[in-house]
Amino acid sequence: MAKTDTKGKKLERNGLSDDQLRTIFRNMLLQRQLDNRGFQLNRQGKVPFALGSEGHEALQAGAAMAFHRGKDLLAPYYRDLGLALGIGLTPYEILLSLFARAADHNGGRQFPNHYSSKAAGLMSFSSILAAHIPHAVGAAYAMKYRGERGRAVLVTCGDGTTSEGEWHESVNFASIHKLPVVFLVENNLWAISTPIEHQMGQPEIWKRAAGYGIPGHRFNGFDPIETYGNVNEALDRARNGGGPTLLEGMCYRFLAHSTDDNDMTYRTKEEVAEHRKDDPVPLFERVLLDHDVMSAADVEQLKRDVLRETNEATDRAEAMPYPTAADLYTHLYEGAWQPWQ
Amino acid sequence: MATTNRTSPPFERAGLSDEQLVGMLRTMLLQRMLENRGFQLNRQGKIPFASASEGHEGVQAGAAMAFARGRDLLFPYYRDLGLALGVGLTPYEVLLSLFARAEDLSGGRQFPHHYASRRLGIATISSIIAAQLSHAVGAAYALRVRGENGRAVLTTFGDGATSEGEWHESVNFAAVHKLPIVLLCENNEWAISTPLAKQMGQPDIWRRAAGYGLPSTCVDGMDPVACYLAVSDALDRARTGGGPTLVEAKCYRFLAHTTDDDDRTYRSREEVEAHRRDDPVPNFERRLVEAGILSPEGLECLKAELLAEINEATDRAEAMPYPGGEELYRNVYADSTDPWR
Amino acid sequence: MAVSSPTQTTQIMNNVDAVRATLYDAMKNDPRTVILGEDVGARGNVFLITKDFAKEFGPQRVIDTPIAEASIVGIAIGMAMEGLRPIAEIQFADFIYPAFNQIVGEAAKTRYRSNGEYTCPLVIRTPYGGGVRGALSHSVSIEALFYHVPGLKILAPAFPADVKGLLNAAIDDPDPVLFLEHKKTYRLIKGEVPDGHYTIPIGKANVLKEGTALTVVSYGLYVHWALEAAQQLAEEGISIEVIDLRSIRPMDKTTILQSVEKTRKLLIVHEDNKFGGIGAEISAMVAEEALFSLDAPIRRHCAPDVPAMGYAEPLEHEYMSSPAKIADAMRELARF
Repeated sequence: MAKTDTKGKKLERNGLSDDQLRTIFRNMLLQRQLDNRGFQLNRQGKVPFALGSEGHEALQAGAAMAFHRGKDLLAPYYRDLGLALGIGLTPYEILLSLFARAADHNGGRQFPNHYSSKAAGLMSFSSILAAHIPHAVGAAYAMKYRGERGRAVLVTCGDGTTSEGEWHESVNFASIHKLPVVFLVENNLWAISTPIEHQMGQPEIWKRAAGYGIPGHRFNGFDPIETYGNVNEALDRARNGGGPTLLEGMCYRFLAHSTDDNDMTYRTKEEVAEHRKDDPVPLFERVLLDHDVMSAADVEQLKRDVLRETNEATDRAEAMPYPTAADLYTHLYEGAWQPWQ
Repeated sequence: MATTNRTSPPFERAGLSDEQLVGMLRTMLLQRMLENRGFQLNRQGKIPFASASEGHEGVQAGAAMAFARGRDLLFPYYRDLGLALGVGLTPYEVLLSLFARAEDLSGGRQFPHHYASRRLGIATISSIIAAQLSHAVGAAYALRVRGENGRAVLTTFGDGATSEGEWHESVNFAAVHKLPIVLLCENNEWAISTPLAKQMGQPDIWRRAAGYGLPSTCVDGMDPVACYLAVSDALDRARTGGGPTLVEAKCYRFLAHTTDDDDRTYRSREEVEAHRRDDPVPNFERRLVEAGILSPEGLECLKAELLAEINEATDRAEAMPYPGGEELYRNVYADSTDPWR
Repeated sequence: MAVSSPTQTTQIMNNVDAVRATLYDAMKNDPRTVILGEDVGARGNVFLITKDFAKEFGPQRVIDTPIAEASIVGIAIGMAMEGLRPIAEIQFADFIYPAFNQIVGEAAKTRYRSNGEYTCPLVIRTPYGGGVRGALSHSVSIEALFYHVPGLKILAPAFPADVKGLLNAAIDDPDPVLFLEHKKTYRLIKGEVPDGHYTIPIGKANVLKEGTALTVVSYGLYVHWALEAAQQLAEEGISIEVIDLRSIRPMDKTTILQSVEKTRKLLIVHEDNKFGGIGAEISAMVAEEALFSLDAPIRRHCAPDVPAMGYAEPLEHEYMSSPAKIADAMRELARF
């Protein structure tokens, strides 16, 4: 991987315009800023919990660029802040979720980063690993059944989730019915404290695809352009009746699993530092600068914009009210509800 | 469906003595005759249920010959009559199970063909598909933790079981820990009424092994010698620290799923007849006779002997008493069964 | 019977026929309806409930799934979230455990966790119950494992007309419904079923027989046996009121309390085991709401506290109740 000077090499853009490249970068900056904001707010005692997605920025911004808003569906997992932003959620919505305010999409019910939005095509999910994957497959079945060509489902998960039975059952079902779904594994090498070698008997998840009779690819998830190329190709295949694809994007989880985790109990500073050299955010900044997609001044301005936007969203969300105690009882079933009737 | 391109080797004895070869044929004949007896007894109204394993005689006799009695452990599924016989279960014990008598190994609790015997190393199973896989893997882990080299676990399952999440979770765990276990798939192409094409996206179960980092083999399940070789190699590897192997034996289910099933509703007679040409029992009879290992008279003699044994076992088992109603309450816990203390 | 749009004509059906006819109408009338499960297609379900459906509606709507229960329910949830009306089948209730998380952790929480934005209009049908030599893995009752869960509805009708009316209600319902079909009643129980589409409200019990000496509350197969026992006691001059719950969650408090306040004695009869069973909740509710209307302790006549019935006939016989055993329980409480 090119770590420093990317100048001189031709930029492989996979068809992305300068505008799109800048959008990807903005999304990456925003994700990192919001991620850090969550951790800050937690350390300040303002939110009880936040999750780290640092290291997933390129993968998520690249994948989000391939997503067709208003057509595709996203079934994400809880480390997909950048994907949620990339398909249209705002920083304010993210902060409402962190602060668990009444105006949050889920009314403050769900853990942070468990967004859902029908309008954005973002499916509701729980914290149970792999439980959302059959839902994505069911949604893809619904699309195929209704003959909705040009639509597909993008479902993401971490490397650890591939060990769940439901992951297997879902990929198998999708492959039998050649459903319009892309299984994107964000392999960050760690499942909380469990490294990939304790997760599976060989380290390449994409190799499982052959066992299901579907295409499988692995790519550098620190490179948003390469990610976009892979996800776009797979989504296009799905949208055009070509069936599912298993994609494995390689990245790294720079932070602890969450604000409740201390990763120094199970991995070394040196390991993390080694991966930091590949940090996708400064790396992509370098690429854009080297190829004159952005100037240094543009980058500085963008960073200031992102920070200002995050600050404003923080203040605005914090000022919003919590849900009331009465909200505990709503939306259990349709209509009023008593177990005894 | 093509049954021609199997990797059937020319007749070779794979180091098996005449006695062992005839022993395998004996198990195969016994399996077939006992199976027919189960169906007869059901049609006569003497037992409520029997399940069918016709077509599995080759793989089961071969696998049983590779099993080291007194050392290895067997975690079978409910279509493994021949394996149970091959590792030492008697026809009388099988008939006690069919008649659900008090003397049955489960005390008449379990469905027919759900044998368990500590003496023989056969683990207790339920009817739940793939549930035995994780138990087998746990037992293999126990063997490894205790440093019991020279022992291995053999677990078997049908093609349909490979779709269960627990299959995936179990194979994955065995691969991560390189456990002493052989995963033998008896692929008979049908899961009750569901053909393989609706079970998975590509037709070769062995191809899944690479995705877990496991070695695999695919054998003609109609050939007991080939099955013996494949399972024997795999068990040897497992016993000597070489880790797990996935073995796929391609066979066919000649009869309906059980006495409660009518397979004419979902598959053609032509298909079944086409597979009958590969029937392992007459084929292996003929091979032994042609190789001069067994005379035609010797074969007839063997069949007569087995029939007599089955008749005697049937009469003896039928004459045994049922368990008493009070037996319902035993073995819920080690001690008192009262939930209020 | 509470029939929302009563029609003139009826047909005699058994419970299999009633499930089949109702599913057929749902498939015919709503292209969003799909059926998925093991052996539901070419085989037409192990009890032949969906026989020939695949031929008529095609394999896209009658889906033979791989053997993978968690994903059968999970995929149905995704279909429901995206606008289909899936009817998932678990071949036997005993096979539902691998799908426990999808039912309890996902389907029951979908509406709640998304604050009403996503819903899960899903029916999970499964045959349950014993008396058919089903042994340890083809005979269990599962209702008590699920009735603790807010977000689910659980129905267990006993009569063909109720099967149709409640299955229609389940299919129309905007929330996940676990629909339990007692497999012993499948062909044993016949009855008149009104033609045409009708629903029976979820959460309404049915007073099958009025009486004065005591109230029996039951559901499923044992409703039929309780009725039989009540007829026997009527000949002895003891008048029993028999209530068929039909709906386990929500449950009909009004009907139970009205009856108990009249008869002043309550016997709960169910096939599931007693400890933590449905009867426990009914007992607690009556104790909370009508203690001083009672002339005798509440009694529960349920299965013994063992994991399941064994295969051998005497083991099943010991586990299962019977009209005679239920009659004994009635007599004992009536005498109190």
